[in-house]
Amino acid sequence: MKLPSDLRKEYAQRLPESVIKSLEEELPDKIAQAKVEKILQRTVEEYERMLVEAGECVGLVAAESIGEPGTQMTLDTFHFAGVSEMNVTVGLPRIIEILDAKKNITTPMMEIYLKEPYSKGKDIRQKALAIKETRLGEIVKKFVINPMELRMDITLDTERLTELEMSPADLKKGLKQAFKQFNVEAEGDLVVIKGGRGKADLKDLYRVKEKLRQAFIKGVKGVKQVLPIKKGEEFIIVTAGTNLRTVLALDFVDMTRTISNDIHEVAEVLGIEAARQVIMNEVLKVIDTQGLNVDARHIMLVADTMCVLGAIKGITRYGVVQEKSSALARASFETPIRHLVRAAVIGEEDLLTSVVENVMLNQPVPVGTGLPKLVAK
Amino acid sequence: MEYEGVISKKVGKVAFGVLSPTIIKKMASAKIVTPELYDKEGYPVDGGLMDIRLGVIDPGLRCKTCGGKIKECVGHFGYIALARPVVHLKFVPTLLRVLRGTCRECSRVLLPQADIKKAQEEMEAGFLDGGVEGKRDALHTIKKRIKNSGKCPHCKAVQMKVMIEKPTSFTENEKRINPIELRARLEKIPDDDCEVLGLSAKAVRPEWLVLTVLPIPPVPMRPSITLETGERSEDDLTHKLGDIVRINQRLFENINAGAPEIIIEDLWDLLQYHVTTFFDNSVPQLPPARHRSGQPLKTLTERIKSKQGRIRHNLAGKRTNFSARTVISPDPMINLNEVGVPSIIAMKLTVPERVTPWNTEYLRAFVERGPKKYPGANYVVRPDGKKKKITDETQEQLLEELQPGYVVERHLLEGDIAIFNRQPSLHRMSMMCHRVRVLPYKTLRLNPAVCHPYNADFDGDEMNLHIPQTEEARAEAEILMEVSTQLISPRYGLNVIGCIQDAISGNYLLTRSLSYSFEDAVQLLARVGIEDFSRLPRKKEVSGKEVFSALLPPDFNFTGAARKGEAVIIRGGKLTEGVMDRQNLGEGSGLMFRNFHRRYGAQQTLELIGNIFRLGNFVLLDHGFSTAISDTDLPQEAKEQIQHILEEAHREVEELIVLFRQDKLEILPGRTRRETLELKVLETLNKARNSTGKVVSDSTHRETATHVMAISGSRGNFLNLAQMAACVGQQAMRGRRIDRGYVDRTLSAFGRDDLTPAARGFIRSGFKGGMNPSEFFFGSMTGRDSLMDTALRTPKSGYLYRRLANAMQDLRVEYDGTVRDAAGKIIQLVYGEDGIDVSKSEKGVLDVKKIIAEVIE
Repeated sequence: MKLPSDLRKEYAQRLPESVIKSLEEELPDKIAQAKVEKILQRTVEEYERMLVEAGECVGLVAAESIGEPGTQMTLDTFHFAGVSEMNVTVGLPRIIEILDAKKNITTPMMEIYLKEPYSKGKDIRQKALAIKETRLGEIVKKFVINPMELRMDITLDTERLTELEMSPADLKKGLKQAFKQFNVEAEGDLVVIKGGRGKADLKDLYRVKEKLRQAFIKGVKGVKQVLPIKKGEEFIIVTAGTNLRTVLALDFVDMTRTISNDIHEVAEVLGIEAARQVIMNEVLKVIDTQGLNVDARHIMLVADTMCVLGAIKGITRYGVVQEKSSALARASFETPIRHLVRAAVIGEEDLLTSVVENVMLNQPVPVGTGLPKLVAK
Repeated sequence: MEYEGVISKKVGKVAFGVLSPTIIKKMASAKIVTPELYDKEGYPVDGGLMDIRLGVIDPGLRCKTCGGKIKECVGHFGYIALARPVVHLKFVPTLLRVLRGTCRECSRVLLPQADIKKAQEEMEAGFLDGGVEGKRDALHTIKKRIKNSGKCPHCKAVQMKVMIEKPTSFTENEKRINPIELRARLEKIPDDDCEVLGLSAKAVRPEWLVLTVLPIPPVPMRPSITLETGERSEDDLTHKLGDIVRINQRLFENINAGAPEIIIEDLWDLLQYHVTTFFDNSVPQLPPARHRSGQPLKTLTERIKSKQGRIRHNLAGKRTNFSARTVISPDPMINLNEVGVPSIIAMKLTVPERVTPWNTEYLRAFVERGPKKYPGANYVVRPDGKKKKITDETQEQLLEELQPGYVVERHLLEGDIAIFNRQPSLHRMSMMCHRVRVLPYKTLRLNPAVCHPYNADFDGDEMNLHIPQTEEARAEAEILMEVSTQLISPRYGLNVIGCIQDAISGNYLLTRSLSYSFEDAVQLLARVGIEDFSRLPRKKEVSGKEVFSALLPPDFNFTGAARKGEAVIIRGGKLTEGVMDRQNLGEGSGLMFRNFHRRYGAQQTLELIGNIFRLGNFVLLDHGFSTAISDTDLPQEAKEQIQHILEEAHREVEELIVLFRQDKLEILPGRTRRETLELKVLETLNKARNSTGKVVSDSTHRETATHVMAISGSRGNFLNLAQMAACVGQQAMRGRRIDRGYVDRTLSAFGRDDLTPAARGFIRSGFKGGMNPSEFFFGSMTGRDSLMDTALRTPKSGYLYRRLANAMQDLRVEYDGTVRDAAGKIIQLVYGEDGIDVSKSEKGVLDVKKIIAEVIE
């Protein structure tokens, strides 16, 4: 039942949006106004009882909540049902990778959601293939180098070509652009490459062969493998390798839901808030697949500490720890000498606002019961 | 009167900087001039490295500077005047930056005057904006702007690139800049330019980074050890300092004697080497200074660095007194929040109690009993802080003087507060506060229900016990760390303490099918510790459910589900439907205890868990519960059925292999042929194993202990049972069948390219029937693999945890509800987006359904 707007307005101040939403979902349609009010009052009571207390060292609790089950996780990397190249890193290595904010993750992936007719399964294979990166090597039957005439005959796999909806002529155009120093000609399923402007010798031809094999033909760069799968009611395309920016620009892609698992890419394309969400989702995904139970709030806090600065900082000595204001706190983590020397040169002052320094000096720490200060006469 | 525990002074801040030569000399209480340590009598030499003006380490001597004896005097610095300046190793990168950023002639920073102005302004702005960090950030961008453009913008002198010759010498144009020239250049840099270069003018002058005097650390910081033979063994630092002083003296003499430049240069380099290794003995380019035995010296950097270094070992981690450690053993008869302490320990650990006019007699009795009779006392502390051990000689004297103001350190008593801990202390439930219960024998006892939060078992585990010594500490322990306050995990918002093992089996049997005569039921409850039997119906025959319900308060309502999904209904404190199993009794699952906690509070929940636990144990004690190999016996038809299933599966696999060989296998998208085969085979075999499991669970006797344990969830599952009775199943490594070993085969017992289940690690036999050699080998392979996995995982996850904890330890909820770090930077505006504390929530949420139901009813 939708709450009456006056009640909603009143209680929006006192209850978080999520609670109000679940209330609206759960409230039966026929219910007396008085009872609704009573329910709301009870909810507020209950909510206020559940609030965190000031001084609670939520950071450490979050660290504990992720660190403790870490010992129970597996190291294995699993296969993803379907595609051979789609090994998905799960378990501890993946968590470490996310929290380190690694630039090159082991298994970059995208989940591409599609717009209406395609999400129902229409042309799903073609659409998937259209996204897949194709290199020349994949559509060629053989390369033949003719040393006498200094030319290379490339026999194309016509079946694959039609599958990709391409003709040798298209191919010729593309190749011409990519290899300007050569003459490219197409005859039937044969593409002939000759040294243009008389310069190329045999060596160049051999050298260019490997380059040709890697020549980008079609699709989205970086997408190594595609797999259409059914997720719930709709079809989506899962890819190995990511290129979010290009994929989002495709006309059949639902850009509101399509996402990559590379946090840096997401931060760059969609912004830091999206990256924060991806960090949360990815960590939660791992924890769930391991059958562990960790509340989302803890992961949220970790994601937030990684993202507060507007750029992703890993939980490493170069990331979050580097940003700490206290030299002693930094020194207590790793490379203590370096931090102390730097602090000395800059003439830093440590105001003892964080936990470790106060532990070092045998003083009460500024969290929990150490937070309130009393002034006595 | 001086009260202990009152903080009268507090460190407000710690400032970092570099010591200037003047300050080094000023703070020194002695100038060290001779490498000799002791004279013939073994007395420290004046002006030597063990000079008693630097503090004393010999009992009986007094420090010449402060007059303190050993342990009273913390020591004082001395200094050496270096004959020639040397570079401080740790500041070499800074020096390089400064040299490259300044003119070689006029020592101005290599920026036009206007840019210097601008840089200063930016730093100022940065400082106002973000304090020290803001300034640091501003500096970072400024540093990049300082570039050697070949010509000084101030004096137009031609610049050359300064190179570094690791570790400590600088060259310019292939010519070495010796430290004297270096220092001369640095001296000329104006203060304002230093700021632009990132050197705080008030903390450091660049020339201080080239040492002319070297501070000598106090003697108590580098104490010598006297060996049994009476020989003295000096500390590594003393050795190193001895080298420095020796070379320094030789250099002085040579300079004064007017020795040739080359000799002086050599000695100078040697001095530089010794000073460098004094700071850091693990410089990559230098051979480490060694003991005569060849073991490298541990100098300053090594003392500070790493886990065993000063910072992590002594500053961030501390040692405690008043603690005990022994083996643990279970005792369900003590309460969950109690800890059984052996009397031997109770007589060693003490609690200080202050004598007041009201408790003088009470405490006197402890002193009278002394340290050897149980509730006695070990020490008496006089008001002046003198601690007196109670012995036969001192006892009378102490009894006489005992008066208000004294403190008696008495033995542990029942009910005293103790902190109980098991390593690894991975979460806050690894350290909880328990009440002391003094018990006979020599192990620490705990209720098995609290094993889970500690992750303890009794195969030889040891645990630690700490006794808080001040009122504040006791209060905090009691209010924040008591077992009852830790019932709900902050990780997922459910109870972390619950019934385990026998307690679950017992309650399952009880609530499922047992019944007692009224008298027996009373007996049972009495043993559990229930004194009020009015909750037991006055019937001749009482059902198990009714016995169980007698533990619940009369107004407790609960609706939930058991493991298999069947409903569990508790209405008016009576279990009317369903059975109790791990879902509701165990930890981390089910809401029964969580709801009870919400309704009745922590204390009652704790008691309830304890009672249910004991009830389960006693039920089993009466009922008898024992597993036997015969539990896994199968009837003939089941055996045949299993044989049939396995044969069927083998046949299917055989067919798949044939299809594969004929290249007729339908390939899964994106897979190779081989992978497709593997996937399909794996699927077939797993299905077969699962159906054998089904057969086993259907055909083993329902009343056997193994079956009961699997059903109630107290230990083991049907897969384990099936593995024992019928078929162990496929051994998988990295999610695949075993495919390594020899060329194209796993073991030499098989032919090449044999893809049959048996050749790829399928164990067809059960544990009871016994495996054949190849099966056993495959089993060992996966066993070894999982051992490796654990061994590799532990340090990895430990490191991740350490980093997380270190990065997030300062985050806290402020009074305004925001989450902030130590610097006051906001991390979250509302904790977790709704401000709900997980440990106060129900599985992380506010359950509106329940509220609605309650109101509507």
